[in-house]
Amino acid sequence: MFRNNYDNDSVTYSPTGRLFQVEYALEAIKQGSAAVGLTSNDYVVLVALKRNAEELGSYQKKIIKIDDHMGVALAGLAPDARVLSNFLRKQAMQCKMVFNRPIQTYKAVLSIADKAQENTQSYGSRPYGVGLLIAGYDETGAHLFEFQPSGSVLEYFGAAIGARSQAARTYLERNLEEIKKCDDVEKLVLHGLYALRDTLSQDVELTFKNTSVSIVGKDQSFVSYDDENVQQWLDKLDSVSNARNRDGDDDEDGDEQEEGNATQAQEGEGTEAPAEDRMETDE
Amino acid sequence: MNHDPYSWGRPSNDTYGPYNYKIAHANNNQVEQTTHNFPKMNTQQPIITGTSVIASKFKNGVIMAADHVGSYGSLLRFNNIERLIKVGKETVVGISGDISDLQYIVRLLDELEIDEEVYDNDGGEYLRAPNVHEYLSRVLYNRRSKMNPLWNAIIVGGFNKDRTPFLKYVDLLGVTYHASTMATGFGSHLAIPLLRNLIPEDKDYVKVDEQQVSKAVEDSMRVLFYRDARSGENYSVVIIKLDENTGELSFQFIKDAKVQNQSWKFAGDIRGYGSSQQ
Repeated sequence: MFRNNYDNDSVTYSPTGRLFQVEYALEAIKQGSAAVGLTSNDYVVLVALKRNAEELGSYQKKIIKIDDHMGVALAGLAPDARVLSNFLRKQAMQCKMVFNRPIQTYKAVLSIADKAQENTQSYGSRPYGVGLLIAGYDETGAHLFEFQPSGSVLEYFGAAIGARSQAARTYLERNLEEIKKCDDVEKLVLHGLYALRDTLSQDVELTFKNTSVSIVGKDQSFVSYDDENVQQWLDKLDSVSNARNRDGDDDEDGDEQEEGNATQAQEGEGTEAPAEDRMETDE
Repeated sequence: MNHDPYSWGRPSNDTYGPYNYKIAHANNNQVEQTTHNFPKMNTQQPIITGTSVIASKFKNGVIMAADHVGSYGSLLRFNNIERLIKVGKETVVGISGDISDLQYIVRLLDELEIDEEVYDNDGGEYLRAPNVHEYLSRVLYNRRSKMNPLWNAIIVGGFNKDRTPFLKYVDLLGVTYHASTMATGFGSHLAIPLLRNLIPEDKDYVKVDEQQVSKAVEDSMRVLFYRDARSGENYSVVIIKLDENTGELSFQFIKDAKVQNQSWKFAGDIRGYGSSQQ
């Protein structure tokens, strides 16, 4: 039987210099439903697709407010996101209490990055199994960061995490110039929803039940739209279902294939990720 | 019950025999018995002290001054103590009171500055005077709430986010207030009246320029040297100002100022305490 000796804990390097436990954690993010973030000069928008475990169940919350000027969207293990967002809230409150100023977005993000990094180099712990998109508006403007359990954080104009997020990224890449120039926050939200729509699987469409929208920016403290309140945004879309559902547009299929190939190539190197091992995500 | 302050609340020795401290501290035998003849104590009084700090706003900046003396009671024990601390690039913290606590605060401020550098960003949100003041006020209030105060009165000077001058006070009780002219200790009795001649009301600082305020501070330092028995002749002055045309900020730290133009000639004419002639 083929067995990987290097993925038992997060302190063991593989001969090729990889930390498999960390990579498995990144895998947990891909199992989560998609979240998309995008920025213009003055605003950051987060949109996310909520999932419910079954028809009778409620939808798992995807967007968490941190402070008046900051919020996060998650994909992956929701409990881990709660731990990290609670930590962020504490940091934000501490900054207010001690220095009488709102915490800077980059500082907040680096603080959880350091926290996550520690879990990748000590025995007995596990990496966080959640990816976050952190939106913040501070003195230096609007910022969007992507946080990964490896401890890496990068700033983006547009980013997407979670299942089929590649499709959303492709949309954002194609419309980057237009998105950057959005002075109007409404246009920015629409771009976000279009990007999110592209991540939908067959016969799912955006509804007020499964969509979350949040905005933060200039003269706009962090606000989150859910349930009935999100309908106003959905009404502005030309259609709430995925392009592939409407017509046989091959465009998106290309991306899907690319993504598939990448995953295959990775597994070919001997990752031996337990393919059938369904993790408990934010479904 | 025994009402002697050193053994308050203990059974009287005459009636019950000497108090057995081993019973009270049965599970803490490391503690020396002698220390328990006393209740736990924190700082009761400052030891080496620095006297007044004086400060004022003016049109486009702030000025602050403090002398170099560290007194040991009435002994002028040290004459080279720097009590104005630069924090970041545009904040000055003036500290009076206990010098060992001053040195502790300097360490805290250094740490704060290092933290700021570790998470360096590309300009914009850096540590400003209001943030430094808020931090110090938290530290001082926290310590007094533990009945273990840092025995100081502190003035923080610098700029607000909107580039207007900032001046605020905090002391060992955690009391804070702001005003356009400000002083600690003797200065609040002697220097404030002089500075308020120049800036009668809080809003009037905008009518005063650097030259006028420098002179008022110089005069105040002289009056303090005349009348405050714990003051010194040498002092430091910090002037932080914003050039309104270029928007550039200058931080001027004068460490070798000396009280000038003293008038003592009249002293020769004073004889006796009343009726004595000649």
